[in-house]
Amino acid sequence: MCGIVGLFLKKDDLRPKLGDMLTDMLITMTDRGPDSAGIAIYGDDSDGLKVTVQSDTPESDFAGLDTALGEALGAPVAMKAIDTHAVLTLPEGSRDAAIAFLEARGLRIMGLGEAMEIYKEIGLPKDVAARFNLRAMGGSHGIGHTRMATESAVTTLGAHPFSTDEDQCLVHNGSLSNHNQMRRILTEKGFAPRTENDTEVAACYISSRIAEGANLGEALEGTLDDLDGFFTFVMGTKTGFGVVRDPIACKPAVMAETDDYVAFGSEYRAFANLPGIEAARVWEPEPATVYFWER
Amino acid sequence: MTATATAATTDVQTLDMSEMELREVNAALQGAPTTNYTQFEIRNPRGSHAVAVGLDAEIEVTVKGSTGYYCAGMNKLATVHVEGSVGPGAAENMMSGTVIVEGDASQYAGATGHGGLLVIKGNASSRCGISMKGIDIVVHGNIGHMSAFMAQKGNLVVLGDAGDALGDSLYEARLFVRGAVKSLGADCIEKEMRPEHLEILKDLLEKAGADAKPEEFKRYGSARKLYNFNIDHADEY
Repeated sequence: MCGIVGLFLKKDDLRPKLGDMLTDMLITMTDRGPDSAGIAIYGDDSDGLKVTVQSDTPESDFAGLDTALGEALGAPVAMKAIDTHAVLTLPEGSRDAAIAFLEARGLRIMGLGEAMEIYKEIGLPKDVAARFNLRAMGGSHGIGHTRMATESAVTTLGAHPFSTDEDQCLVHNGSLSNHNQMRRILTEKGFAPRTENDTEVAACYISSRIAEGANLGEALEGTLDDLDGFFTFVMGTKTGFGVVRDPIACKPAVMAETDDYVAFGSEYRAFANLPGIEAARVWEPEPATVYFWER
Repeated sequence: MTATATAATTDVQTLDMSEMELREVNAALQGAPTTNYTQFEIRNPRGSHAVAVGLDAEIEVTVKGSTGYYCAGMNKLATVHVEGSVGPGAAENMMSGTVIVEGDASQYAGATGHGGLLVIKGNASSRCGISMKGIDIVVHGNIGHMSAFMAQKGNLVVLGDAGDALGDSLYEARLFVRGAVKSLGADCIEKEMRPEHLEILKDLLEKAGADAKPEEFKRYGSARKLYNFNIDHADEY
């Protein structure tokens, strides 16, 4: 099954409440995905590129990590550690060196971006939300996922969202049937997925298309031609988010829009707590049709 | 109702889902034959699944808001009026009675229904009336792709447009569409509108409170070419 939620704010005054609203939406989708949960949140632009890393032993791995990385890069690094995740703000031009350093220490790279931070773990959505204090997070837009695993194991790295390029993330409800073939094609192109998960293949595919010059809409259009299987995808970028469903469209999707926000949910009940939902325009995205919102 | 039964009350019993569990709400509705209530109002459904399912008495239920999956499923005799939109599988496998949706319906509304009337005042998405077996469905707006797939019996009336592959592998259900049909499914063809069809349409449009004239519709039905195995097509399977 899996559940997807997404919220894109049109006005700045709701930004401090983004995490709170998204957390309610995420927990409501627990029935659709109790295995694991994750959220990508787009906050204010930081002073540089942020990298979100994960460790199963954060006490030892994160102790002094900022100092050690700063020494290796020759410039100070800011660190925000929350439970099993840490967000490090890198000095300019140090991306590749920083990733090499962090991976050499056995840390898992969850995502990179100027605005995006990713938090995901196995467990019930309410527990995952509490561990990371998602409710306290602000931002312009965010995407969340509750997972019921089908194509790969229940692990932290198998949880959604998947980020395969800076400020890009993808969540998926469905299953892909040509992901092994696509994995080979993408690996040859230099966009090798790191896990056995089918959704990560789709994320790599979209990232590869954007790297080749496609805009978000064109990259999502491409999934309809090149990916085989069932999907409702929600994709986040630095400036917005996009939605596409496969032509059969059996994986549910509903959207709501007011003057204040655009919301996505696998089910209407994810919207029940949103302000002004009674008067919102609510509709179901058409099959094989790309939608996107950008600020 | 027997002669000794107490006269039914005209009071409306309110069932508030912000205070009651779904099972309590449905149990109250399903227990209606043993109570005096004939009218119910469900408040705060907040997109819940399986609201007002399995009803089996001539009661009237108004749902004040939008629901999730399978609203009014397996309905028998009851009238369910949803003042909002419904999720997938609304009025699935309905036997009799009436279900009216003021808003939109998600996929497979009225699926496998044996009887009764389903009215959707907004749009219905994909697979509306899939495998319908005698239900009448009137959609005031549009319907999505693969609607009336393998439909066996009953009438599907659409005031707006129909999506791709309407009536694929259809049996004997009648499909009436006023707007455009994006494409017809395998073995579904346009058919002559005869006087008896105009009568059926007139009656259904009236019952559904639809502002449309029977003459504005086209009728679609089965070409009946898929009924039997055709040996000439053996290599296509």
